[in-house]
Amino acid sequence: MTTAPRARELGLTGCHTCGLVCAIEHAQCPRCGSHLHPRKPDSLARSWAFLIAALILYIPSNVLPVMYTSMLGRGEASTILHGVVEFWKSGSWDIALLIFIASVAVPSTKFLVLATLLVSARRQSSWARLQRARLYRFIELIGYWSMLDVVVVALVCALVQFHLLGTAEPRAGIVFFGLVVVLTMFAAMSFDPRLIWDGDEE
Amino acid sequence: MSDEDSTPPATPPPVSVTRRRRWSAGLIWLVPAVAALIGIGMVIHNWASEGPVIEISFITAEGLEAGKTQVKYKEVVIGLVDSIRLAGDNTHVVVRVNLSKDAAGFATADARYWVVRPRFGTSGVSGIGTLLSGAYIGADNGESHEVKKRFVGLERPPAVIHGSPGKRFSLAASDIGSLDVGSPVYYRRIQVGRLASYELDKDGRQMHVDIFVDAPYDRFVTVSSRFWNASGVDLNLDASGLKLNTQSLATVVAGGIAFQTPPGPRDATLAAEGAQFTLFDDIQTAFAPPDGEPDYMQMRFEQSLRGLSVGSQVDFRGIIVGKVVSIQLDYDVDKQGFPLIVGVVIYPQRFGRAGEKIAQLAPMGNDENMRLAHLIEPMVARGLRAQARTGNLLTGQLYIALDFLPNAPKVAFDPAARPVELPTTPGSFDRLQEQMTGLVNKIDRIPLEAIGKRLDSTIAQLDKILRQVNEATLPQFNATLAGAQGTFGSAQKAIATDAPLQQNLAQTLAEMQRAARSLRVLTDYLGIHPESLLRGKPADPAPRAAPEQDVKGNKP
Repeated sequence: MTTAPRARELGLTGCHTCGLVCAIEHAQCPRCGSHLHPRKPDSLARSWAFLIAALILYIPSNVLPVMYTSMLGRGEASTILHGVVEFWKSGSWDIALLIFIASVAVPSTKFLVLATLLVSARRQSSWARLQRARLYRFIELIGYWSMLDVVVVALVCALVQFHLLGTAEPRAGIVFFGLVVVLTMFAAMSFDPRLIWDGDEE
Repeated sequence: MSDEDSTPPATPPPVSVTRRRRWSAGLIWLVPAVAALIGIGMVIHNWASEGPVIEISFITAEGLEAGKTQVKYKEVVIGLVDSIRLAGDNTHVVVRVNLSKDAAGFATADARYWVVRPRFGTSGVSGIGTLLSGAYIGADNGESHEVKKRFVGLERPPAVIHGSPGKRFSLAASDIGSLDVGSPVYYRRIQVGRLASYELDKDGRQMHVDIFVDAPYDRFVTVSSRFWNASGVDLNLDASGLKLNTQSLATVVAGGIAFQTPPGPRDATLAAEGAQFTLFDDIQTAFAPPDGEPDYMQMRFEQSLRGLSVGSQVDFRGIIVGKVVSIQLDYDVDKQGFPLIVGVVIYPQRFGRAGEKIAQLAPMGNDENMRLAHLIEPMVARGLRAQARTGNLLTGQLYIALDFLPNAPKVAFDPAARPVELPTTPGSFDRLQEQMTGLVNKIDRIPLEAIGKRLDSTIAQLDKILRQVNEATLPQFNATLAGAQGTFGSAQKAIATDAPLQQNLAQTLAEMQRAARSLRVLTDYLGIHPESLLRGKPADPAPRAAPEQDVKGNKP
């Protein structure tokens, strides 16, 4: 890795949109007109901002009920964790596990991983760069699957409408949960993985 | 490379871009700021909407669930059961409820809570909706602003929810009868209200019954309205026949209260909220004129008063003027007797005009008893006596009759005696009883046994005679009858149309007829020829020979 010269050393930068290699002084890509920057601008700050916002919203998404189900007139609002516990108690441990992974494990992992990446990128740490790069790709991949919960709630609420016999309605928690997922995805998108490799010069 | 790509206009954009970037770099922190704001906002909202926490105690937590059971007012959720625990002494349960902020008015002194669950009672079925949804806690608040955190839950739903249009009235009743909370109130047999609550007087002598009359019927309650207990069946037997009166089938089972303004010109002023009325036992007493303050009197009876009971009527010439309130046994040391002391109350107002007129005659005194004594004294002198009379021959019920008995023996009346004592005289039934006793004694004296013995021997003799008749007389009598029958047979033969006797008789009669004719001819002849008696028959001329022949022939 040390053999090949860095773009910055050569005074070059690549266009994010069309991939044209331009001189570093250019503000816009002469070919497609997009803004040029050697690294994503304010990548760390943006990523942090999104991550913190997601973290904040993660609290209400877990505290507030995500769905209200009523069977035969007896209504009950359940939070995510409550639902997991209910499923686990009723013996459906597989479903409980699925919900737990999609709704709790994945977002938590994302928070941890993103925080780790951000901290290490800021410190330009040389620790386990390759693994960090893999982690980044991993959280980009699993990012979408966190939406599973939102989809389930949306589907159930759309399908279970039997009036007196049973109804399901979404509750505020699911909105926050959706926002958390979106914000973590933004945070992951804002993060410039090339920052992992910066500071490699030393 | 930079030489080739460098372009004069490229220089300004980086500056602007950089500037914009710095600005947008700050802007990105708006995202977590907004998120934090939302979070803080929710916390504040939550905190602000956190209503009071109250504790309600119930006998049982049946149907209640922590975290699920709601508290509802008019079917609007105003709180949620937070926890349920047993009270320290295990006699009841304490339900902790988180009320919502806008329901803070329900944490006041006169709020009421009760559990709504399915109930099946005589007055109807309620809470059916909770069969499926589970029980909830019903709430009702009042006017009070005094904050209260601990409540004792009602065991049954209140009949009247605060703020319902209508009026509340208070009835004083001697007993509750078959009434209960929720019992209907009827006006002309329409249900117009409910019994809201009842409680016993502090000294336990009266019931205070609270009723609620819904709008718009509350305007039928006037100050002169009368309330009566319409429970059960009212069976009336009077001169016009048998009458069965009920308000509705429901009242037969569950009881009810009816009210009406008595007919006639009445004060039609609307009764105010909370007005006091009396709850009468039935419509008759309800419509009867008010009794006013009763006067107490005593009577001393020497004879048994079996059939007289507390509550028996006191009657004056057919008008019930009072009732018996006490019957007590006394011991008379002088006479060694057991007189009965009967206490009665007399309602002077029931005497109507008579009472008013007499009251005017009597000297007005401060002492009520003195006035009464002065009223009664001259009447006693004129023969006013109390009598225990039989009201019902079948059941032997007695009543006290006040009447003037002019030939009653004079008695001393002590106007100073307290309470006023009215002299008595044995009742008509007592006299009848004496007479009956005399009669029975007389019957007793009849020597029934001797009569019986004699009757017995007489019957034995009669039996002997009859046997004789049977054995000796009857066979002979039979033979006689047979002989008689034979005789009648021959007689019948003798008088038959074809009997020889009959024919001979006919011939004889024809002969007799002929003889009579000859006699007539002879007399005719003698009439014409009387001389023939002496001279004999002259010779007839030739032409008339034939008749002469006839005469001649007949003559011998």
